[in-house]
Amino acid sequence: MAEPTIYEISSEGRIGVRFPEPDVPRTDLPAGLERTTLPLPEVSELDVVRHFTHLSQLNFSIDGGLYPLGSCTMKYNPKINEDIARLPGFAFTHPLQPAETVQGNLALMYELQEYLKEISGLAAVSLQPAAGAHGEFTGVMIIKAYHDANGQTHRTKMLVPDSAHGTNPATSAMRGYEVVSVPSDSRGNIDLAALKELCSDTVAGLMLTNPNTLGLFEEHVVEVLDLIHGCGGLVYGDGANLNALLGVARPGDIGFDVMHFNLHKTFSTPHGGGGPGSGPVGVAEHLVDFLPGPNVVIAEEGSEDEAPLFDLAMPAQSIGRVKSFHGHFGMILRAFTYISMYGAEGMRQIAEHAVLNANYLLAKLHKTYHVPYDRICMHEFVMEGVFEDAPGVHALDIAKRLMDYKFHPPTNYFPLIVHEALMIEPTETENKQTLDQFAEALIKIAEEAHTQPDLLHSAPHITPIGRLDEVKAAKELVLCCWYPEQD
Amino acid sequence: MNIPGDLKYAKTDEWVKVDGNVATIGITDYAQSQLSDIVYFEFKVDPGESVKKGGTAATVESVKAASDIIFPVSGKVVELNDAVADEFEGINSKPYETWFLKVELSNPADVDALMDAAEYEKYCEERGH
Amino acid sequence: MFIPHTDSEREEMLKEIGIGSLDELFTAVPKEFRFPKLNLPPALTEMEVLAELTELSSVNESTRELMCFLGAGAYNHYIPAAVDAIIQRGEFLTAYTPYQPEVSQGTLQAIFEYQSLIALLTGMEVSNASHYDGATAAAEAAVLAYHHFRGKRSRIVLSPAVNPQYRAVLRTYMSGYAGLEIVGDEAANSPFTTIEELAKLVDVNTSLVVVQYPDFFGRIQDLTAFAQKVHEAGALLTVVINPTALALLKTPGEFGADIVVGEGQPLGIPMSFGGPYLGLFATKKELVRKIAGRLVGETEDANGQRGYVLTLTAREQHIRREKATSNICTNQGLMALASAVYLSLLGKHGLRQVAELCYHKAHYAAEKIGQIAGFEVHTDGPFFHEFVVKTPAPVADINLHLLDHGILGGYDLGKDYPGLENHMLIAVTEMNTREEIDTLCEVLQEYNHG
Repeated sequence: MAEPTIYEISSEGRIGVRFPEPDVPRTDLPAGLERTTLPLPEVSELDVVRHFTHLSQLNFSIDGGLYPLGSCTMKYNPKINEDIARLPGFAFTHPLQPAETVQGNLALMYELQEYLKEISGLAAVSLQPAAGAHGEFTGVMIIKAYHDANGQTHRTKMLVPDSAHGTNPATSAMRGYEVVSVPSDSRGNIDLAALKELCSDTVAGLMLTNPNTLGLFEEHVVEVLDLIHGCGGLVYGDGANLNALLGVARPGDIGFDVMHFNLHKTFSTPHGGGGPGSGPVGVAEHLVDFLPGPNVVIAEEGSEDEAPLFDLAMPAQSIGRVKSFHGHFGMILRAFTYISMYGAEGMRQIAEHAVLNANYLLAKLHKTYHVPYDRICMHEFVMEGVFEDAPGVHALDIAKRLMDYKFHPPTNYFPLIVHEALMIEPTETENKQTLDQFAEALIKIAEEAHTQPDLLHSAPHITPIGRLDEVKAAKELVLCCWYPEQD
Repeated sequence: MNIPGDLKYAKTDEWVKVDGNVATIGITDYAQSQLSDIVYFEFKVDPGESVKKGGTAATVESVKAASDIIFPVSGKVVELNDAVADEFEGINSKPYETWFLKVELSNPADVDALMDAAEYEKYCEERGH
Repeated sequence: MFIPHTDSEREEMLKEIGIGSLDELFTAVPKEFRFPKLNLPPALTEMEVLAELTELSSVNESTRELMCFLGAGAYNHYIPAAVDAIIQRGEFLTAYTPYQPEVSQGTLQAIFEYQSLIALLTGMEVSNASHYDGATAAAEAAVLAYHHFRGKRSRIVLSPAVNPQYRAVLRTYMSGYAGLEIVGDEAANSPFTTIEELAKLVDVNTSLVVVQYPDFFGRIQDLTAFAQKVHEAGALLTVVINPTALALLKTPGEFGADIVVGEGQPLGIPMSFGGPYLGLFATKKELVRKIAGRLVGETEDANGQRGYVLTLTAREQHIRREKATSNICTNQGLMALASAVYLSLLGKHGLRQVAELCYHKAHYAAEKIGQIAGFEVHTDGPFFHEFVVKTPAPVADINLHLLDHGILGGYDLGKDYPGLENHMLIAVTEMNTREEIDTLCEVLQEYNHG
């Protein structure tokens, strides 16, 4: 049964939240500028609470069950994060308050900048970008600014692996680069020979995700970076898969010049049904001056008895502002809380158990499903959602059937280089029992694919709604649920 | 897979019908089946515009993908089939009867560089599916 | 610490994988980089981290203690309790982007309702599912305009009365497009340039004109004639708005705007030191396929039941890759939900009430401040809830004095406009009682005599 829209449960004249009458004299509204009709709903508070409660019950969520989406790192979102974000001393501060009145906020942001530097092995961090793609855009702009400052304006190409997430080529194109695709080899690494061919002084850099979107650690990462640096390019690290590297390896140590972090993946801030995220950017020493800003700096050193005085400042050759105010402070707070609860040893334990969980699932499934890259994976792995002897069954069917087993499907049809890809990332917060149940479900579904394929084709069966007509949605394009003419 | 014998074909899956010095361009049965149900179509050029082989003629969108229609020849755009922008179902159901634009050739040799039906069929087979 | 594994479970799992220890999982990592020692403080338990952060938060002075007269892009509004109760529900909070619609109808329908509410509030025909904030939404409007004209029009006309941060972000975003010129807001220009003056810069080479309503100085005016001039030149008009103001004022849709962008923070989102906020983005129907970001559309399942899906996804980065016009992926889903709940809770009657309270209180404050010797209200003409005051001394000094009395003073316009030293932008909302406004005036009075 579909839940009506908020407009459908409106009733003319019904009032929700009330406000006091004005305690000041009224001033006339400006002539000719007053709005005559305001087509907003008219519902009671209980109407609203019930409506959105019903809607929430139609959702799958991490709180409700396993969400093994590859490269999304759907780990548990700690509730303490929510409490801390709501402390009035944090939540009720205005972004333009004088620095002396928000030293708590600035100190916290400074500390997170320092934590991310330490975790990544990079020289400086900006917390301003709002999401991963925003961080990528920032990073690519930094690369361009660096090359321009060094008179290297002929570097017009950006190399992007064919396994890359779509934001990588989209970001490069946004910044005016010509995107050149680099193929992968049979072990799932970047094809070194192909890369060598592509390296020249027209290359601005390479965007590299490590571990890559196949869940594999780039086996020749040092050679790859040497090749790019050797022809004068810079290497951008897409930090989406950092969960596998916490305390295990630092991108800065390996030689990455710039990277972004996804606080809503690696650092547990909640996904919220599509954001907000947060995508801080870290850079190596030679790029420090190009970071966006303003960022938090120490304006006056502290002493034994006194905390330092923090303030905001623009880097010397900054690419400029990429967002209003200072970044997603609410997510910065949550990530800071998270890292504080783990410490150095805890960071490594996160990576170890994320990788352990993924390899455990791989071991349980690789006899049933074809895994194209046969080696120890990192925090995620990709398998094919097809069977030679069960034609007509595709990754999509398997994904939809998993919903009947009360699991959210893994990522499907990405990365593009694997046929009928199913990308699975359990994360470290799932226990062994859940993993066993998940593996069991997938094995059962593989059996069903052979014996009762129709069950898969018509799946899901137990969800609030069945498969939806996406062609109709795109053709008829109904994007709004109420029109003034209907009044 | 429908591949009429009297047309020429580009590697980017456009078909070309030549009449004197004018080339009529559409997309092949293979292309429309790869895209599946088309939901939108948009021209990227205007009549009278000079265009180069390899440039973008139009964008066609389905729920799964968005593809550029690439000019298989160079020349001047003489006519756009405005009807296509409204009736794009025809692209899926009758790909060879639904044309997109007509180009007056600036270099007739461009046509010779295209594949014939047999070559295109082989090319499609090599790509699988 | 949220890792559940016991020692025996770990052993069983290692055995299943066929390795002896966790270290063996990382042999692909070059030895010289493996297992660095991280210099981070020791781990704290939940109890300890809460204590530490509570203390850190108390170092701040917040608008719980201070009377807030500061706006300039972020506003102190009342957020009804039900908003937070709903967005804290785990089914909304911990859900992912709704790529699998069968198990995400809650998020999808909520966003669909959000799109509807914003389209109707702004008087436009379609809204997307959100941008990061008002500034990046404005920048994306410029990107849209660039591609709309296929790069053939190279001028953007920007009013100096558009929020300075928005103009800065727009410039950062457009720095990758060769040959583009952005005019209208140069430092030499008077910040109070009229829109009639601005219209003179609009020519056939202009892709986009951006104005703000109410503008950064709080002023409002009819944009109909201006919109006509912009359209005569064939350019697109973007209007940056404040959503609370739109409950009271004629909409940009009625003026003829092509694109409306703005900051949705006033709609039930805490100020939270600048983020996360909500980028509003709405357009005319013709531009729908050029909109960056997600769109939720209505459709049906095989049984004819109404449902919702992400649609026109072929525009987006995960399909179009380098041909996508924007790279946006994660947006501000939970904030969009918060604003949908806020708008539903307040509704037709409530949002209008809030807007009127802001309007009347701001006018009361302006009237009283105008009577204080040494202070001059600079805003002539209609305004919404912000106005400019010329001060007898530097704004920073006055604000220090105000802070001593528990008041957070207005924004120092001299920071962004060279000609506007000693000019303060004061904001008044429904949260400011008459007593607070009177106190502000008393303290300002005292400053001048003290």
